[in-house]
Amino acid sequence: MLSPRQPTLRLLRTVPRLRHTSRRWASTEPPPAGGHSNVIGTSSLLKSTRDVALRTQGLKWVDLVDSDPSRDMVGRETRKMNMYQAVRDALSIALTKDDTAVIFGEDVAFGGVFRCTMGLAEEFGRERVFNTPLTEQGIAGFGIGYAAMGHTAIAEIQFADYIFPAFDQIVNEAAKYRFRSSGNFNAGKLTIRCPSMAVGHGGHYHSQSPEGYFMGAAGLKIVIPRSPIQAKGLLLSSIRESNPVIFMEPKILYRSAVEQVPIDDYEIPLGKAEVLRRGSDLTVVSWGTPIYSCESALDLLAKPPPSISQHVPESLRSAKVELIDLRTIMPWDVETVVESVQRTGRLVVVHEAGRIGGVGAEIGAEIQKKCFLKLNAPVKLVTGWDTPVPMQYEKFYMPDNIRIMDAIVETLTY
Amino acid sequence: MATLARLRTAVPRRVSLAPLARTIQTAADTTQLHQDASHSEPFTVKLHEDSFRGYRTDTPSLDVEVTKENLLKWYKQMSVIRRMEQAADALYKQKLIRGFCHLAIGQEAISVGIDSATTFDDNIISSYRTHPFVVLRGGTVKSLIGELLGRVCGVSKGKGGSMHVFTEAFQGGHGIVGAQVPLGAGLAFAQKYAGKKNATFAMYGDGASNQGQVFESFNMARLWNLPCIFVCENNKYGMGTSAERSSSNTEYYTRGDLIPGIQVNGMDIIAVHQASKFAKEWVNSDKGPLLVEFVTYRYGGHSMSDPGTTYRTREEIQRVRSTQDPIRGLQRYITEWGLATEDDLKTMDKAAKTEVDAAVEEAKASPFPSENELWTDIYSAGTEPASMRGRDREEVHLY
Repeated sequence: MLSPRQPTLRLLRTVPRLRHTSRRWASTEPPPAGGHSNVIGTSSLLKSTRDVALRTQGLKWVDLVDSDPSRDMVGRETRKMNMYQAVRDALSIALTKDDTAVIFGEDVAFGGVFRCTMGLAEEFGRERVFNTPLTEQGIAGFGIGYAAMGHTAIAEIQFADYIFPAFDQIVNEAAKYRFRSSGNFNAGKLTIRCPSMAVGHGGHYHSQSPEGYFMGAAGLKIVIPRSPIQAKGLLLSSIRESNPVIFMEPKILYRSAVEQVPIDDYEIPLGKAEVLRRGSDLTVVSWGTPIYSCESALDLLAKPPPSISQHVPESLRSAKVELIDLRTIMPWDVETVVESVQRTGRLVVVHEAGRIGGVGAEIGAEIQKKCFLKLNAPVKLVTGWDTPVPMQYEKFYMPDNIRIMDAIVETLTY
Repeated sequence: MATLARLRTAVPRRVSLAPLARTIQTAADTTQLHQDASHSEPFTVKLHEDSFRGYRTDTPSLDVEVTKENLLKWYKQMSVIRRMEQAADALYKQKLIRGFCHLAIGQEAISVGIDSATTFDDNIISSYRTHPFVVLRGGTVKSLIGELLGRVCGVSKGKGGSMHVFTEAFQGGHGIVGAQVPLGAGLAFAQKYAGKKNATFAMYGDGASNQGQVFESFNMARLWNLPCIFVCENNKYGMGTSAERSSSNTEYYTRGDLIPGIQVNGMDIIAVHQASKFAKEWVNSDKGPLLVEFVTYRYGGHSMSDPGTTYRTREEIQRVRSTQDPIRGLQRYITEWGLATEDDLKTMDKAAKTEVDAAVEEAKASPFPSENELWTDIYSAGTEPASMRGRDREEVHLY
């Protein structure tokens, strides 16, 4: 039973907390209603200083400041940005450097629902950054036509969950355009951005991760960044990529992932995974939001809190686990993952989408083919359940750190 | 089903309103000479007064300036196209063409008429009944037949087949019903963005006009005032379903809401030419999009697997063939106006047959594409994934 005094108490308690948060986030944005995930906010994967940020693996400056490559970092500046600001920064660079680039989608001229296009319409003109009707299939087709003329089309589908009306256009038109015209025409200059993955309370139509549906459509590339630095570099690569790209931005990271992001124009190559932690006993492959749950799972494995320590055998706590961010889902970096699994003999794949027909199934099949004799345990998939994303039970749906740790334990003790 | 069948007989087919309201007439030979036809100078002819109907706009002028040269050129183009389609029909029946094949026999006036009013800087994007555009817009009969046969000499190196033909001035055949229409809006936007005075003709059929994305495209084009001409080729049947049974509104030129439209006699090449010219001038004077409905008729089935006689009578087809054929119509203009004799035209017919026959033989001699083509042009060269799986487990191509 609730005490009648409780509401008053709760109200009193919120006052200092509000004050505290407004100070902390004064430089960026107020926190989202659901609060930030502690796991992401405190992640060691996020680069919080200029020096670390500038040394991001694979980062390639587009404009060289010095002919001597060893001095290329001199004078490079970074700025503290969250992921939507990094996306906006990338879009701004794309519009500045490419006169044919246009951005369109639902509400993008007002900044978009996640503020990724804030102020771009004012800066670059409403003929280059414009709102479309609520017309996903039309947006995709319109973008393909625009790209077929050799212009750069940057389309936004407001949520990845809304991409399904455009599925026909993307799979049948964009992906196959080059092949069926034997190179006469293509939609290579099309990039479709869409916020994806779960925030914890999105429910059926605001939390899905549809990357797997597009994986088999030969001709597309699929990219999912994990942080602001990655988002900017990968998005610029995607926009300049000569194939149509679906760029899925994990929406919970828009505000909760904050890094020092280089302000210059740079790219991060597509089709290359990044090894975030070196290890020799097991490989964990993931992308987007679950990367942070994986990181947290590795910490739990090393130092389990007393409440769960009985489930983590002592002998496994010093296990060296390799963590790989796949980054590009199609074409995925088979080489890096195979090389890793050859060394570790064990693989756990983590993604938010359901297991059946998911990306993990494809990775598992390929790895069992390429590393069959080196595997010490079956490839383990930690995924969302094969149900619609449930509104009330979304936290149970997502592969969290406990489930990932459990899978690691199971795979290490197989 | 039995109930449905009974219901259908109970509902009378839409009664023709012809005696009450004026309808478009689709004869191919009703244009009248206005002045003496000249052999060297342009001269004016007058279209039948029911060649056009307008929606939210005036109709194009009925007085059309033509030249002998143009009329003869159109005749040659149309007869080559018909010969070519007939050759495709024969090759398909010999099982040399596989897959799908949609022929435009009966609808030749539309492709030739649109092409006559455009340049190669204008965009034309259409569905899968598009063989004529290849020969009209930079390709050859050989490259078209080669594509149907799946040979290397084809416009898409044999990889696209009948439904996917492209040239540098033709944005392609698209196999998904209605999918090319939003692409057309995008093409038109690119022209507008680049400040070019060109037009995009986004073509679709009466069947595709009920697709949701067609209406999405109309809305965007009107909203952003795109230089896009939406062309509905109404051949009266969407696959095996007549327009009346599929569309609540069969006046396709009125379906653009705020977008004005014209309905055109699509069997008279001169009317098609005039309407296409009108449409191009319309979008080039920044009036935004326009709907153009060409009322036409296909003599054959929807595709090669459709005999085309189960949902309409042989008499209906025969009647159109004998009274409204676009080639016979133009032939009559040319001979009646004294521009050429029947023998001259017969010579042209023979030349067309020879040209097509030779092209067929050349195309047949062309090899099939090499196996490498299976992996080519999926991704832009140099950006491919590490490998692509081929036709069986062992066939894996490493880039």
